[in-house]
Amino acid sequence: MSELTLTVMRLGFLAVLWLFVIVAVQVIRSDLFGTRVTQRGSARRAAAPDRPQTQQQRQQSAPPPQRQQSGGRGRRGAPTKLVVSEGTLTGTTVALQGQTITLGRAHDSTIVLDDDYASSRHARIYPDRDGQWIVEDLGSTNGTYLDRTRLTTPTPIPLGAPIRIGKTVIELRK
Amino acid sequence: MSSSTTNTTTISTAGPPSRRNTELAMLVFAVIIPVFAYANAGLALSDEMPSGMLSYGLGLGLLAAVGHLVVRKFAPYADPLLLPIATLLNGLGLVLIWRLDQSRRLAQRAKDAGMAFAPSAPNQLIYSALGVALFVGVLILLKDHRILQRYTYISMVVALILLILPMFFPARFGARIWITLGSFSIQPGEFAKIIIAVFFSGYLMVKRDALALASRRFMGLYLPRGRDLGPILVVWGMSILILVFETDLGTSLLFFGLFVVMLYVATERTSWIVFGLLMSAAGAVGVATFEPHVQSRVDAWLQPFEVAKNGGSDQIAQALMAFGSGGVFGTGLGQGNSDLIGFAANSDFILATVGEELGLAGTMGLLLLYGLIVERGVRTALAARDPFGKLLAIGLSAAFAIQVFVVAGGVMGLIPLTGMTMPFIAQGGSSVIANWALVAILIKVSDTARRPAPTPAPTTDAEMTQVVRP
Repeated sequence: MSELTLTVMRLGFLAVLWLFVIVAVQVIRSDLFGTRVTQRGSARRAAAPDRPQTQQQRQQSAPPPQRQQSGGRGRRGAPTKLVVSEGTLTGTTVALQGQTITLGRAHDSTIVLDDDYASSRHARIYPDRDGQWIVEDLGSTNGTYLDRTRLTTPTPIPLGAPIRIGKTVIELRK
Repeated sequence: MSSSTTNTTTISTAGPPSRRNTELAMLVFAVIIPVFAYANAGLALSDEMPSGMLSYGLGLGLLAAVGHLVVRKFAPYADPLLLPIATLLNGLGLVLIWRLDQSRRLAQRAKDAGMAFAPSAPNQLIYSALGVALFVGVLILLKDHRILQRYTYISMVVALILLILPMFFPARFGARIWITLGSFSIQPGEFAKIIIAVFFSGYLMVKRDALALASRRFMGLYLPRGRDLGPILVVWGMSILILVFETDLGTSLLFFGLFVVMLYVATERTSWIVFGLLMSAAGAVGVATFEPHVQSRVDAWLQPFEVAKNGGSDQIAQALMAFGSGGVFGTGLGQGNSDLIGFAANSDFILATVGEELGLAGTMGLLLLYGLIVERGVRTALAARDPFGKLLAIGLSAAFAIQVFVVAGGVMGLIPLTGMTMPFIAQGGSSVIANWALVAILIKVSDTARRPAPTPAPTTDAEMTQVVRP
């Protein structure tokens, strides 16, 4: 066998061996960049337009009759989901469909907060007659904050304003 | 997206995809590389394609395919890299052993010693098949790695028996690490390392709080209480006894090192590492001054060329020459002279063949492959949810890493040479079979660790109350 062929094979083998190592490292690259939760959250927000998704959800969960009476449902600019943006539940979303959402450590809350600073029945979020979403503190020990102000009365929630309970931050999004 | 069926989305449910197709692609790659190496070595040695090339490629491919199908069925979320890397290392090992079988020098050497020269590669292929069979067996029979937790103290007894048993069998090549049954011999230490990792995981899982919290602070170190020092003293004494009675530095280092690593991981106390290093240094120096066999190993390590000149074993000197003549890119497969090492050229010293024929580039690539197996093991430990699985994964990968370090360091002259085998590539049945079992357990743990959490069942009264849990 000619010298040249053997040299080419020798270097080719080393190249292939290193190629395997590099491909293997590429395979594990997914461990290094970001967690899956954030990836999916952003991908979903970017990819799925909000309107079709809401309609789909509305079709699948047959709405009880009284909900259709609430006037502001179809209004433009109304929030469609509640998103937990900080805390142990980060990434959790709850679709807003006219029902009252309770927050707290109690097991029957809509969002069960695993947070030392939360009371068992901490706050609730409900729509008023116009479809405006209201947050109300239920006499919690450590308080509910809307944009740094501690709530004393039921307050309407602006879109995207952070509601802070202990270490958990939730906001309403379209 | 599954979330559209319910109103509530818990994003953490999906988890990583199973990645079995990635594993399949990597496996195809991992089978092609050794076949290429085989063709290369054959062309260099005899100017023609080796006759067994097709059957070798098919055999390795079949083993890989069986392994892959079983992983697909029984561990669908397992790490995608462990099986391909193990297959690649095993295939490369077979090629290197076959290449050394063709050496006329080794055949002449066997004839001079009055023995028939038997090629090792066919046997090694059978052992690899047995190893894959054990791999398949572990994956099918071990439904959940936490079952091993029940056998904590049984595994301690079994490991002790496996470690003590070789003392009663005659020494071979200066070390008592074999159990000989007729013409058949096994190295129990290879299996003991897995079993003892099970014991350490089970033991430390229960005792970690006592070991971590009950301590006094002294000069920046957390000193453990006297009574908590008991277990480390026992393991230390045991590894010293192994060193004295079996004159096997490698196994003794492996067990003590494994215990110290697992103690550190379980308790997060740096003092254990300091104690471990001090104790192993004291023990090794103490034994080296009294035990003639260990002493000769240390001499051969410190002055390899002097020892060779004075008529001692020239193995280390030849291995160092092999690494040196390999240079950066090596001489090419089948074109080196690493068979000058003579005895154990295809087992303990196989890394010297890699160093000569593949050069620094190839050796580094090989060590990186070992590093990747260890990294996947550590990653599995990080991802594992149960403390036993964490400790078991870290223990197994630490045992693997220490073994590679001890062998590679010994062959390269960094530490005294010990009688251990390079995992997967060195000739030796026990080693290959035990390491396939080790990889199987790691795959099982990683399957549990990477398996996505079950999705919450859609609630019937979703409108009234929705319970969202992390």
